[in-house]
Amino acid sequence: MHGYDKLIFELSVPGRVGYSLPEPDVPDTDPGRLLPAAHLRARPAQLPEVSEFDVVRHYTRLSRMNYGVDTHFYPLGSCTMKYNPKVNEDMARVPGFARLHPLTPDEAAQGALALMGELADMLAEIVGMDAASLQPAAGAQGELTGVLMIRAYHVDREGHPRKKVLVPDSAHGTNPASNTIAGYQTIQLKSDAAGEVDLLDLERQLDEDVAAFMITVPNTLGLFESKILEITEMCHAKGAQVYMDGANLNALLGITRPGDLGFDVVHMNLHKTFTTPHGGGGPGAGPVGIKAHLTPFLPTPVVARDGERYRLDWKRPKSIGKLQSFWGNFGMLVRAYTYIRTMGPEGLRAVAEHAILNANYIKARLLPDYDLPFAGPSMHEVVFSARRQKRNGVVATDIAKRLLDLGFYAPSIYFPLIVEEALMIEPTETESKETLDQFCDAMIQIAREAETAPETLRAAPVTTPVNRLDQTQAARQPNLRWTQGASPTASGPPAAGAPRETARR
Amino acid sequence: MGAYPEELRYTREHEWAKVEGPRARIGITQYAQDQLGDVVFVELPKAGAKVSQMQSFGVVESVKAVSDLFAPLSGEVVEVNQSLTERPEQVNQDPYGAGWMIMIAMANPKELDALMSAAQYEEYLKSAGGH
Amino acid sequence: MRHGDTMRYIGTTPAQRAEMLRTIGVADVEALLERIPSKARLGRDLAVSPALAETELVSHLGALAARNAHADGHVCFMGGGAYDHYVPSVTNHLLLRSEFFTAYTPYQPEASQGTLRTIYEYQTMICELTGMDVTNASVYDGGSALAEAALMAHGVTEREQIVVSGALSPLARRVVAAYCAGPRLPIKVVPWRDGVTDLDALAKTVSAKTAGVLVQYPNFFGALEDLDGAAAIAHKHGALLVVAVDPIALGLLRPPGEAGADIVVGEGQGLGNHLAYGGPYLGLFSCRKELIRRMPGRLVGATVDREGRRGFVLTLQTREQHIRREKATSNICTNVALVALGATIYLSLMGKEGLRKVASLSTAKAHYAAQVLSRVPGVAPRFGAPFFKEFVLKLPKSPDRVLRALRKQKILGGVALGAYDRELRDCVLVAVTERRTRAEIDAYAEALAAVVA
Repeated sequence: MHGYDKLIFELSVPGRVGYSLPEPDVPDTDPGRLLPAAHLRARPAQLPEVSEFDVVRHYTRLSRMNYGVDTHFYPLGSCTMKYNPKVNEDMARVPGFARLHPLTPDEAAQGALALMGELADMLAEIVGMDAASLQPAAGAQGELTGVLMIRAYHVDREGHPRKKVLVPDSAHGTNPASNTIAGYQTIQLKSDAAGEVDLLDLERQLDEDVAAFMITVPNTLGLFESKILEITEMCHAKGAQVYMDGANLNALLGITRPGDLGFDVVHMNLHKTFTTPHGGGGPGAGPVGIKAHLTPFLPTPVVARDGERYRLDWKRPKSIGKLQSFWGNFGMLVRAYTYIRTMGPEGLRAVAEHAILNANYIKARLLPDYDLPFAGPSMHEVVFSARRQKRNGVVATDIAKRLLDLGFYAPSIYFPLIVEEALMIEPTETESKETLDQFCDAMIQIAREAETAPETLRAAPVTTPVNRLDQTQAARQPNLRWTQGASPTASGPPAAGAPRETARR
Repeated sequence: MGAYPEELRYTREHEWAKVEGPRARIGITQYAQDQLGDVVFVELPKAGAKVSQMQSFGVVESVKAVSDLFAPLSGEVVEVNQSLTERPEQVNQDPYGAGWMIMIAMANPKELDALMSAAQYEEYLKSAGGH
Repeated sequence: MRHGDTMRYIGTTPAQRAEMLRTIGVADVEALLERIPSKARLGRDLAVSPALAETELVSHLGALAARNAHADGHVCFMGGGAYDHYVPSVTNHLLLRSEFFTAYTPYQPEASQGTLRTIYEYQTMICELTGMDVTNASVYDGGSALAEAALMAHGVTEREQIVVSGALSPLARRVVAAYCAGPRLPIKVVPWRDGVTDLDALAKTVSAKTAGVLVQYPNFFGALEDLDGAAAIAHKHGALLVVAVDPIALGLLRPPGEAGADIVVGEGQGLGNHLAYGGPYLGLFSCRKELIRRMPGRLVGATVDREGRRGFVLTLQTREQHIRREKATSNICTNVALVALGATIYLSLMGKEGLRKVASLSTAKAHYAAQVLSRVPGVAPRFGAPFFKEFVLKLPKSPDRVLRALRKQKILGGVALGAYDRELRDCVLVAVTERRTRAEIDAYAEALAAVVA
């Protein structure tokens, strides 16, 4: 949607209204008489004054400035940007779910509790665990929940939480950040030449101060950690718990299960593996699966079943407590439940197989043109390096921006940190061969352009509503809200001298 | 001529120190600002704070990265470059001049022996130093 | 492999699969799984129910939904942190624009200007409501927002004690406790008196050890707290004042920023998002500009592109986990962007006048309801403090039994408080929004009179 550059406040005309509210039907309506003056606003909040049609046209136009999965292939690594089924949306909006108050007594919310109970059972089966909590709001909160349960477990057994959590150097940033909130120091382990956890480094770092080892399987290079059974055994021998970051679960469905690999805890990202939509940055949901020894520490309340009746069990003296005010992102749980009931066991297995097939197909087609830093068999994602292209002054950022012009969203770039100029590609199973071919053709074209016309790449993107944006100015002179009377362009003069491209991280 | 001012002393973490009588002025090197990219914010201690050799005394932020600042020498902070609040880009444009960060009263001038000369720093960068 | 409607999300045909395997250079997908230890291979189908066709699925879920006493089939007077405010019809249509709901987090700003602009608008609107300088792009919900605020107060002041009002939602307080366990921050709860925080007790509790003072406005009981008083006590000792708000109330009530709040958090569910049995909800998070670098969550900022055109980007990202890792201001990654968009659309539709009207109608109807219900013999207001849209009633009979009886008449009468506070086990918390009509309120009073007689 080129050329449209308005914010809702800039459409505002005094006196215009977009609301529809009934007339008061009770006798006393003057807030000045009902509430003490000291509590009343002196002036109204400066919200826009626009008509309903203004709102509809404005947000519709803004939506057209976005790339979504429904419009563009989205090969972001470890994000699993698969198709979001529309029946999930319909089911979440059924009044019996959407219009149910969270504090409704259990006996009057049996449908919701049954859905949660069944979903927890299905997720536990899928990941090979004994129980699941559906409370965490997203993957990061799932990690925090899992680590807090591990902490409670150690305190319960040994009287103290231990001090450290180990993570591989390819770990996602949420892993160390979650550990910090749980009160742990994070120790990074080296990856070996094959891109897997270095067992010698693990052995060196594993001591009785280690509370847990947190690892993603397949890892963020898309490689299955082949020594995982040894790893989980080594950790258990020292009394440490093993946590699986389930971001890459899409590769494992129906093939192997974290519980069977020796893990004690795993979090799942419903907005990745289980198709709940990304929404431009959430909401997600991050349920946590656990082995039985961690059951006492589950967040409160736990959905419990007595025969055919479900209830919220609040009597959990060893629970780590609550992570959200209520029971979890129920609306997302409905969507995931709908998806799992749609797919069934064979469908879920097909998901993993096709995710792996698609990633390996891309890998085979791009291998001649891009460096592959770690050569093991890929699962559902593949990580290339733009090292070769960098010799011509073209970096991962340039490749990503050029893809936007060629009709694709970009893969993840500069992650994992252990790969120089990383390009992390996860196609997912819902993409057709035609789309994969179009993407590979585009990537190959870009590889050629990197040799023959690198300035085309550095100038990209040119077809989007805006081209490359001045991140330096945004950070040096933060302008984080609209103000009446501000000019339409960002406040303040551009930084003295042209800001340099931050090509390196 | 070497790329790094001769009168300064350098750390392995890419800070420089300039002795000015009993005091030392401290900042980061050309190499450091180049690695960081456009500096957007510098977090510095207040006057009166104590710093210790090779302990973190603050943070320098660019758009894409954050780095701890390590004190080349121990001492008490006597002056802070307040102009970096409004104009952090001085760290990029003039890292040895207007981009200075703090001035300390040195607690122990013998600590200078642990720092590198300009020639040693250049050598360090050529070998393993860059990170 | 079976084909059937479960494959409707996976377009690859057997012929294409074979072609792709040839390109890869393996005989089958099994060859790509060699690294997985054979004894860990599942070797059977997952024991989940067989796939349902869409027709069966919709019936099954409809049957589950029918077993819930929801607010379309009942008149809802329940509150306690989630409210039956009206969700305008426009909201759903715009949220279903799949360019919004199937988009990713806006890390590639050139392809995400839609999302980025809506977040910038949201940040602006919440600043306006709360009277604070800066707002983030949202955190998960009101409870976790409050918990993050406690951690931020600890990070800013480098002190440990968190002082919490006993009139703050007991559910949110539990979330604060869970987040404070790791860093071992001691929590001290200050009792309430007549439905509001006991400021004398607060003054005796806050000291130079206190990182933050947490109060709710309106509080869990619906009552109006003295924020100036709380601010004075907190600031006297150098602690931060954290206020948890109901954003609908801020259409009418004085913004906590004006009373001196350092951090304002809140539950934004009432802003155009459904009850949805507790989630996904909307964690509001705002603070003073001096504290911005310690703030959790994403921030969207305005800037320009190479041609000088206005554009929006995620900014100050070095605070966040993907760069700062273990020293990040929070671990949050995915937040609740689509829910925040729902709130932005709601606030655009309501606008300056409309939000004020929603708040006025809610408080007017709540005051009417309090009067009418209190006239039922044996029923009385429990507190004397001024309230906004919720109030606590003392009942002459067991609240659980009363509410069950009311539910049989399709009235969700409120939230029984006994589970949260032994002292209030004969009480019920009643919420009234702009949706409740006088007729519904009168019918509630009539039904209540019959039940407690």
